[in-house]
Amino acid sequence: MKRRDFLRHSAVAAAGLSVVGHPEALHGILSPAAYGPVAVRSDRRELAMRALEAARSAGADYADVRINTNRNQGIQTRERRVIGLSDNVTSGFGVRVLVGGTWGFAASSNATGDEVVRVARQAVAQARANRAAQRQPVELAPTEVEPDGVWRSPIRTDPFEIPIEQKVEYLFGANEAAMGVAGVRFVNSSMFFLREDKFYANSEGTVTDQTIFRTYPTMNVTAVSDDNSDFQSRSSTDIAPMGLGYEHVVDSDMMGLAPRFAEEAVQKLSARSVDPGEYDLVLLPTHLWLTIHEAIAHPTELDRIMGFEANYAGTSFIYPLEEFLGRFRYGPDFMNVVGERSTPGALSTAGWDDEGVKPQDYHIVKDGFLNDLQTTREQALWLGDWYRSQNREVRSHGNSYAQSWADVQFQRMPNINLEPFPDRDVSVDELVEGIDRGIMIDGSGSFSIDQQRYNSQYGGQVFHEIRNGRVTGMLRDVAYQIRTPEFWNAMDLCGGPSTYFMGGAFGDAKGQPAQSNAITHGCPATRHRNVTVINTARSV
Amino acid sequence: MADQPFMSEEEARRITDRVLSLSQADHCRVNLTSAMDGNTRFARNQMSTSGDITNSNLTVTSAFGQRVASSTTNRFDDDSLQQVVRTSEDLARLAPEDPEYLGELGSQSYPDTRGSYYDSTAELEPEERARAIARVTEQAVTEDLISTGFLVHRSGATCVATSEGLFAYGLDSRVNFTTTIRTEDGTGSGWSGTSVNDWNELNIGELGSIAVQKAIRSREPRDVEPGRWTVVMEPTAVGNMVNLMMNQLSARAADEGRSFFSAPGGGNKIGEQFIDSRVNIHSDPEDPSIYSTPFNNMGLANRRTIWIQDGTLRELNYDRYWAEQNNREPTGFPSGWYMAGGNDTLEEMIASTERGLLLTRFWYIRSVDPRTILFTGLTRDGTFLIENGRITHPVKNLRWNETPIFMLNNIEMMGAPVRISSGESAGLTPAVVVPPLKVRDFSFTSISDAI
Repeated sequence: MKRRDFLRHSAVAAAGLSVVGHPEALHGILSPAAYGPVAVRSDRRELAMRALEAARSAGADYADVRINTNRNQGIQTRERRVIGLSDNVTSGFGVRVLVGGTWGFAASSNATGDEVVRVARQAVAQARANRAAQRQPVELAPTEVEPDGVWRSPIRTDPFEIPIEQKVEYLFGANEAAMGVAGVRFVNSSMFFLREDKFYANSEGTVTDQTIFRTYPTMNVTAVSDDNSDFQSRSSTDIAPMGLGYEHVVDSDMMGLAPRFAEEAVQKLSARSVDPGEYDLVLLPTHLWLTIHEAIAHPTELDRIMGFEANYAGTSFIYPLEEFLGRFRYGPDFMNVVGERSTPGALSTAGWDDEGVKPQDYHIVKDGFLNDLQTTREQALWLGDWYRSQNREVRSHGNSYAQSWADVQFQRMPNINLEPFPDRDVSVDELVEGIDRGIMIDGSGSFSIDQQRYNSQYGGQVFHEIRNGRVTGMLRDVAYQIRTPEFWNAMDLCGGPSTYFMGGAFGDAKGQPAQSNAITHGCPATRHRNVTVINTARSV
Repeated sequence: MADQPFMSEEEARRITDRVLSLSQADHCRVNLTSAMDGNTRFARNQMSTSGDITNSNLTVTSAFGQRVASSTTNRFDDDSLQQVVRTSEDLARLAPEDPEYLGELGSQSYPDTRGSYYDSTAELEPEERARAIARVTEQAVTEDLISTGFLVHRSGATCVATSEGLFAYGLDSRVNFTTTIRTEDGTGSGWSGTSVNDWNELNIGELGSIAVQKAIRSREPRDVEPGRWTVVMEPTAVGNMVNLMMNQLSARAADEGRSFFSAPGGGNKIGEQFIDSRVNIHSDPEDPSIYSTPFNNMGLANRRTIWIQDGTLRELNYDRYWAEQNNREPTGFPSGWYMAGGNDTLEEMIASTERGLLLTRFWYIRSVDPRTILFTGLTRDGTFLIENGRITHPVKNLRWNETPIFMLNNIEMMGAPVRISSGESAGLTPAVVVPPLKVRDFSFTSISDAI
């Protein structure tokens, strides 16, 4: 029974996540200096102070500097072959300045005393050039000064300390487990590891030093029909990327799951093609995290709402603010959505954001109503009236982020989670029992949403038909189309804590030049009534 | 590094020679990129953020027999060069043997694409970016509209060197500009944009004017019913779709049975006519309209390649291993492409349409079914109803589920090809030149309220 397998797996994953925060395990296992930051901490502090001083002397009213070293390792395999093996490091610094309320940013890979001065001056000159067209100056919400902050991802095992042979052996073992299933023709698998040393200082006196780890094991199994007329794939979207160490590879149990991925890829070849129409949906959290990402997390980005991303990522249906904050019913009373950067092992979790703000946990949706939005220091002031009317502090939620030293920081989503059903531990069985004609979707697949986050369409990995309260055979060629407000208000029940799972991805794009973010969304299983399902098969 | 924007050929040669001299591997390849990037964003009729970035990256690939691995750094002091060589060698020694590794290439000859580099682009400063953007924001302010957009440029060098004596160094400069202009009441939105190699060729004021007119004309759109529509597609929309097919040209995936280009029963579709006989697509690093790098990251020459001729698949992308297995020449993969067009103007396409839609561009295009190259996405920033040969009013955006294969089988009219901004994020993508098309039976599946 696939659903029970899934639940057992997600419970294991949840348990695994609950025990990762052992700070005592962190000391003494981090990489040696050969791969360490661009300079030792005292040198980085000196370089940072030099950059800030140069910016101030050149006329900046505010400045911050990030000095980063980013090491990543990737191993890609197919069947019994390693097709990619690399270990990469990039380091450098970026200086951001405010001159008369206009931003400037410049960056360089060459972290030396003379270069930080040149780049700081370049950032100031650029801000002056941009100021000519200024109509509304940038102001920053106040924040606490943190003179010496240190934070590390709560890893148990440094992934860079694990020998390459062991990693390759693991992937080959998982590939073999998948290839052992009749009908499977191809399997790709990979591991990706990141360590980022991020040193931050600003002209207000905040200095933070953070070490961030990310780990992402993946697998994709492809089955091809005997006559080459059809192929189907199953991706390991049940295994999320996490802000953890090598223990996440072990806990993810790719080897144990591989035969199921393989069997499902083969079953998809002969599954029944869906009849288009309206269905009730049970969305497992391995799938739902992506719908939350697109239809809750992105539309509640305040820079997007205010038009700053209109040329690429788009704007939002949430506008004007006074008609939505506290008034817009996103979903039913039991719907609570929290933004946070505090869950151990989630990808956005950090001690401070990329402008030195300690992140807060906050309700984006509270008891079904829109309650708050994602902010940086620049943006928090735009919500001043709303916060004051609610007797809340006017401060940034700490949602500033840049993908690297070479990119300017801006608003990026924290971990955004749909909370489980509050009153009791609703099971997936209970969600299914209430459905006459429906589909249960496992795993995230195709996704697309318009630039104001109304209309979206999602595929999945595995689709099961629900008939008269029971899960029956497999379907294929399924995609559902939604309009955001109707979809969440058509959620009539969601699962309890035992169905909760944290999904996520690398590569969430926003901004120009496009920057990539790593995202985590925790959620229970949910049930939605009367959703439009299309059939995606075509014959050519 | 601080004194010059990116590495000269002499400096690149000095570094790659040093790396190769440090190598103890049987084979070694060095890939070096060095560039200066600049960008300015604007929103709400003023500059929002901008950046000027100087960076170089060095990747060393080492092989002992068939054991291969690579390592990248962006530090160029001698300790860092030694470290990156040792890391790639340490990894390679531990890697399992790769039966498909063919060693590194010796000296090659390349097409001459020196012309893709322009001083005008390399010398672009933030002040000039700001002045150019003001030509858009001022128009928007005059018309009570809200302008946003992005101007980005890169000038730099790409270099490949191998232990077998290959050395290749190429220069490239690119600029991309896009703008989205919205009405203050939020009911209209217009877009325009393009890419060039030479900054002097870019007329930002004219692009701004197109987006302004689209924004004004797109106010208060009405509903139309989803379904199959005749569409007049501006070149950007055509490029958005054809790109999806161009990304699926892997010979190996086709031969392995997991591609649209797989032939039933085995093999691939080379030689088969699969789309309208008027479709011709080629790549050519020497063609000034689609300049691209003259070599790929293996150091293999990118040469003129006809992918589709008169609707027939002529070539797929073969890497060195797959080419050897199949007794073919490796193709390289020139990153830009050119789709030939016809003599019909956009106005003639509209005039000939009894009932159809005019499409500006597409958004959030994602794969739905790789077997048929079926993708989904939405129209955006300028969607209009055509009735009895005229544009009658703006319409709400629509979600489509469609494949470029169907689209290129349903061509009614073709116009003159132009260069477009081909990437969704308006970054520095390879040169793409495509014609506007009139196409029948384009499949829309739902309406979007997004503007």
